[in-house]
Amino acid sequence: MGYLDFSGVLSRTDLLLQGVTLTVEVSLVAMFFALCLGVTGALLSLSRLRILRFVGLAYVEAIRNTPFIVQLFMIYFGLPSLGLHLEPIPAAIIAMSIYGGAYTSEIIRGGIQSIDRGQIESAKALGMSPYQIFRYVILQPALSAVFLSVSAQFILLLLSSSVVSAISVPELTGIGNDIQGMTLRNLEIYLVIAVIYVALVAVLKGSMQALERVFFPFKFVGR
Amino acid sequence: MFQPYTLTHVYYMLGGLCWTIGLAFVALIGGSIAGAVLALMRVGGNRIVSKCAQFYIFVLQGTPLLITLFIAYFGAAYMGIDVKPIVAIAVAFSFYAAAFLGDIWRGAIESVPKGQREGAHALGLSAFDTMRQIIVPQAVPIAIPPTVGFFVMLIKNTSLASIVGIVELTRTAQIVSNATFKPLDVYLTAAAFYFIVCFPLTMFSRHLEKRLNA
Repeated sequence: MGYLDFSGVLSRTDLLLQGVTLTVEVSLVAMFFALCLGVTGALLSLSRLRILRFVGLAYVEAIRNTPFIVQLFMIYFGLPSLGLHLEPIPAAIIAMSIYGGAYTSEIIRGGIQSIDRGQIESAKALGMSPYQIFRYVILQPALSAVFLSVSAQFILLLLSSSVVSAISVPELTGIGNDIQGMTLRNLEIYLVIAVIYVALVAVLKGSMQALERVFFPFKFVGR
Repeated sequence: MFQPYTLTHVYYMLGGLCWTIGLAFVALIGGSIAGAVLALMRVGGNRIVSKCAQFYIFVLQGTPLLITLFIAYFGAAYMGIDVKPIVAIAVAFSFYAAAFLGDIWRGAIESVPKGQREGAHALGLSAFDTMRQIIVPQAVPIAIPPTVGFFVMLIKNTSLASIVGIVELTRTAQIVSNATFKPLDVYLTAAAFYFIVCFPLTMFSRHLEKRLNA
C-alpha cells in the first residue's frame, strides 16, 4: 500500500475549474437540445401519421439500444467520411443531445399519454386555439408530471459527459487525464474528480427542485 | 496501406461481442449479490445501516462510470493487489451494478403492501422468514422488468471498458476502424451488434411490465 499525495492535484485547481466549467456548459447545452428533441420525438411517436410514428420510434429505439460511446465515435470519426467534419466540442454536444433526447422523448411521451382526453376536449369547448391547447393543456401538465424522471435523466446526461473525454474534449475527465499525465498521481486525481462529480450531481439535483417551483408553481399551491 | 473491411473483421468483432456479454453477465451476478445486500440494508430498519447503504448508492450513482473504472483500475495497483485489468474492471462494474440494483430492489420490496409484513408478523413468522416467504416472492415480479432494463444499460455501458483497454466489442471496433479506415461502416456494424443484443431484451422488459400492470 502506497501513500496518497494530493498536492499535485490540488495545486492545479485552475485546470480543474476549467474542466468543471466546460462539463457544466456542455451538459447544459445538451440538456436544452435534449429537451427540444425529446418533445419532438414524443410528438412524432404519438403522431397520427404512420411514417412519422415510425421515425419517432426508430429514433428512440436505435439510440436507447446502442452505447453512447459508439454513437459519439460514429459522429466524430464516422461523419468525416461523409464529408462532415466536426470539432470535438460540437460533436460532443450533438452526440449528447441526440442520446439524451431519445430517453427524454420516451419519458415525455408517457407524460403526454397520461393526460386525460377530456382535458383536451374541454379546452376545445372553451375555444382555445390549437397552440394554446398544446402549450397549456398538453405540454405544461405533461412536463410537470414527468419532471422528476426528466431531471433524473439529465443527471445521467451530466455523468455521460465524462465519456466525451474519449474524443479529447477537455472537460473534467479530460482535464483529469491531462493532470494524470503531469503528476503521475493517477488514483488521487480520479478520486478528486469523483468527489467533484458527486458535488455537481448534488447541485444539479437541488437546482432541478428549485426550477420545479419556478416552472410549475401550481404543483405547490396549498402545500 | 489500409486493409479492406472484410468478414474477417466482422468475426473479430463478434469475438469482442462475446467479451461484452461476458463482462455484463459477471457484473450482473456480482452486482446482484451486493445489490441484494444493499437493498436489505435499506429496508432492514436500522437507521445507521440504511444510511450507509444510501450513501454508497448516492456516491456510486453520482460518479460517472468511467471515473469508477479509472479508480478501480489504479486503486487495485495502489493497494498492491496484483490482478489483471479485466478483473479490476469486472469488480468495478459489479460495484456500479450493485448501486443501481440495490436501489431498484429496495423500491420493489417497499412496494409490497405493508399489511403483508404486519400479517406475517402477527402469524409469528421471524423477520428472515417474512422476507423469504412473504416479501421477496411478491417483490420479484415487480423487480424483474426494471432489472432487465438495467441489464440492457449494463451491456451498453461495458463499452466504456474499451477506454481502459479491455478488448470488448467497442475496442475491437476501434482496432478494426484503425486498420481499415472505414470508421462509419465499422461503428455502424458495432452499433448493429449492440442493437441485436439489447433490443430483444428491451422488448422483453417492456412486455413483462405490461403483463404486470394488466
